[in-house]
Amino acid sequence: MSCLRVDGITLRFGGLVAVDRVSFAVERGEVFTMIGPNGAGKTSIFNIISRLYRPSAGRFYFDDRDITDVPPHRVAELGIARTFQNIELFENATVLDNLLVGRHRHRSTRVWEDILFLPKVRRAEYAHRHRVEEVIDFLELQRYRDQLIAGLPYGVRKVCELARALCTEPKLLLLDEPSSGLNVEETEDMAFWINDIKKELGITVLMVEHDMTLVSRVSDRVLALNYGRVLALGTPAEVQRHPDVVAAYLGA
Amino acid sequence: MRILFKTDYDQDIRLFKHSGYWWSYGALLLVAVLAPLALGSYLQSQLVFVFIYAIVGVGLMILTGFTGQASLGHAAFLAIGAYTAAYLQKLGVPFVVYMPLAALVAGGVGALVGFPALRLTGIYLVIATIAFGFIVEEVAARWESVTNGNEGMRVKAVDLLGWTLARDGYGFYYLSLAVLILVLLAALNILRSPTGRAFVAIRDSETAAKSMGVNLAVYKVMAFSISAGITGLAGCLYAHKLSFISPEMFTLLLSLEFIIVIIIGGVLGLHGAVLGAIFIVMVDPFLTFLKDDLPRSFAGLAGSLGFSESSARALQDTMERIGGAPGLKSAIYGVIIILFIIYEPYGLYGRWLKLKLYFDRFPVYKKATFKRQKTYVKSERNR
Repeated sequence: MSCLRVDGITLRFGGLVAVDRVSFAVERGEVFTMIGPNGAGKTSIFNIISRLYRPSAGRFYFDDRDITDVPPHRVAELGIARTFQNIELFENATVLDNLLVGRHRHRSTRVWEDILFLPKVRRAEYAHRHRVEEVIDFLELQRYRDQLIAGLPYGVRKVCELARALCTEPKLLLLDEPSSGLNVEETEDMAFWINDIKKELGITVLMVEHDMTLVSRVSDRVLALNYGRVLALGTPAEVQRHPDVVAAYLGA
Repeated sequence: MRILFKTDYDQDIRLFKHSGYWWSYGALLLVAVLAPLALGSYLQSQLVFVFIYAIVGVGLMILTGFTGQASLGHAAFLAIGAYTAAYLQKLGVPFVVYMPLAALVAGGVGALVGFPALRLTGIYLVIATIAFGFIVEEVAARWESVTNGNEGMRVKAVDLLGWTLARDGYGFYYLSLAVLILVLLAALNILRSPTGRAFVAIRDSETAAKSMGVNLAVYKVMAFSISAGITGLAGCLYAHKLSFISPEMFTLLLSLEFIIVIIIGGVLGLHGAVLGAIFIVMVDPFLTFLKDDLPRSFAGLAGSLGFSESSARALQDTMERIGGAPGLKSAIYGVIIILFIIYEPYGLYGRWLKLKLYFDRFPVYKKATFKRQKTYVKSERNR
C-alpha cells in the first residue's frame, strides 16, 4: 500500500496544460523528489495535492483513500503538511505562535471553552507547547522562539516553515524547494534534517527541488517532469543519466 | 530593563507576564474606580462613552486587527444590540436577561453577515459591510411595530436586579467599566488560545492557514459573530446611556468612528482599542475647549505681551470663527488619521511601545528597531 498515489492527474489553465496525465506513487517511508525545469508543473502538482487547485482530471489517493474532493483544511487533518516555495509564514506573529498554529489540527477545545480559558484549555496548551518544543529542539530554533517572523532572516524563516509543518505531526510532508534561497551551509543542514525526518520521525517526504546535490543526497527516488509530462522515474543516478532528462535541461 | 528567565510554559500563557504588570494595571483600575468621585458629571459621562467605544473597539479589533477582515458596518451591530435591549425592556424582560440576549442577537446577525464575507476580501468586504449598515438603518426606520420607526424609542434606566442605575449615576459608570473589563478578559483569552491563533493565521496568510487545517469558513464566520456580539453588548449600554435611540444615530459616520478608534489606537493589541476610544471621545471636549476657552486666553496673552486692545480682540474673533467652523471635527479627524497612517501606523499603542522600549534600553535604544522593511516573497496568486 503506497502512502500517496497520483493517478492520471491533469491540470488545465484555459488552453494551457500545466500538468498532463501524471501518475506516480510515493511509498511509505521514502524521500520522493520531483525535478524539472521551470514551468514543468511541479508546484502545480503540490497545489493540487494540498487542494489549492482542483485538477481537471484524474484522482489521487492518500493511504488508499480518495482525497481528490476533500476541502483544503481537511487535507491537513488527514496528515499531509506542506511548506511553500515563497514562504507563507504568519509574519506578524512570533515563531512560537506560528508553530502553535501548526498544532491546529490537534485542537481539542471549543470556542466557548477558549473564551473562558477553562483549566482544560490550559492543559491542552501545555501539551501543544510540549510538542512544539520537541520540534524546536529538533530544528535548533531555540534562540528565535519569541521573535516575530517579520524580523527573521530568510534562512531561518525557511526552517520555521519546516518546523511548522512538522508540528502538525504529518504522515506525509510536502517540501516545495526546501533549499531555495539558502546558502551552502544552510543547505547542508537541510539535507541532514530531511534525512532525520525520514529516519528518526518516520515521515514520508515528497519534495520539489532544483539543487541536484541535495536531491542525490537525500532522495530514494526521483521523478523528472517537463511541460507537465513525466520524463523519467528512478533512483537519482538513473534519472540524471536518462537521455530525455539531459535533453530537457541542456536542450536537444 | 527586566530580563525574564523562563522556566515554565505558564509564563508564556498567563495574562500578566511579570509581577510589574499587576502593579501598573492595578493602579490603572484603581484610577478608573476612583475617577467618578473626583470628576464632574460631564467628564464622568464622557468616561462612560470611552468605555462603550472601547468595548466596540475590542470587538472590531478581533475582527479587523486580528482576523484581518475590515468592517465599516459596526454601527449596525451596535444598533441591533441597542434595539434588542430597548424592545425587550419594553416587553418587561429583566436587564440580566436582555443584555446577553442583545449580544446573542447581534452575534447571530454577525454570523449571517460573515457568510457573504467568505467570498469577499479587502475593499469589496468594506463595501459589503457598508451596505449592511444601510440595510439595518433602513430596517430600523421602517419596522415600526418593533423600533417605532423614525420617532425613535425611549429607553428607561437600567434595572439591575432591583437597583435602578440612572444613566449618569455612579452605578451605570461601574456597570460599563465591569462590562469593559469582562470583554477585555474574554478577548485576551481568545487571543491566547487556539481560536485566536487561527484568527491571526487567517490575517497573515489564508493559504498557509488553510494548509495548516484552519477551516476558513468556520473561523471567519466565528470572528464576525464574536465581534458583532461584543458590539451588541456595547449597543445595550449605549441605548441606556443615551436613554433614547433612533435610526439616524447609527449611521456610516458612527462606523467610521469605530474604525478610527482602532486605527488611532493601533492594531497591535487590545490596548489600542482603549487608547483609541479615549482619543475619539475626548476630541469633543477638546474642541469645545478650543472654541470657548482658548481664544480668550490667547487674546489675554496677546494683551499682556503688549499688543493693542483691538488686535487682541481681532485675534480672539478669528480663533472663535475657526473653532466654530462647521465640519471642523471631521477635518481634524481626517488630518489626524492621515498623520497617523503616515508616521505611526501602529497608532497610539505603537507609540507607547516605542517610548517604553526607549526607557527600557536607555541609552542604547536603536531607532532602526521599528524600521519597517518590505518583503516581496509572498505568493499572492494562491489567495
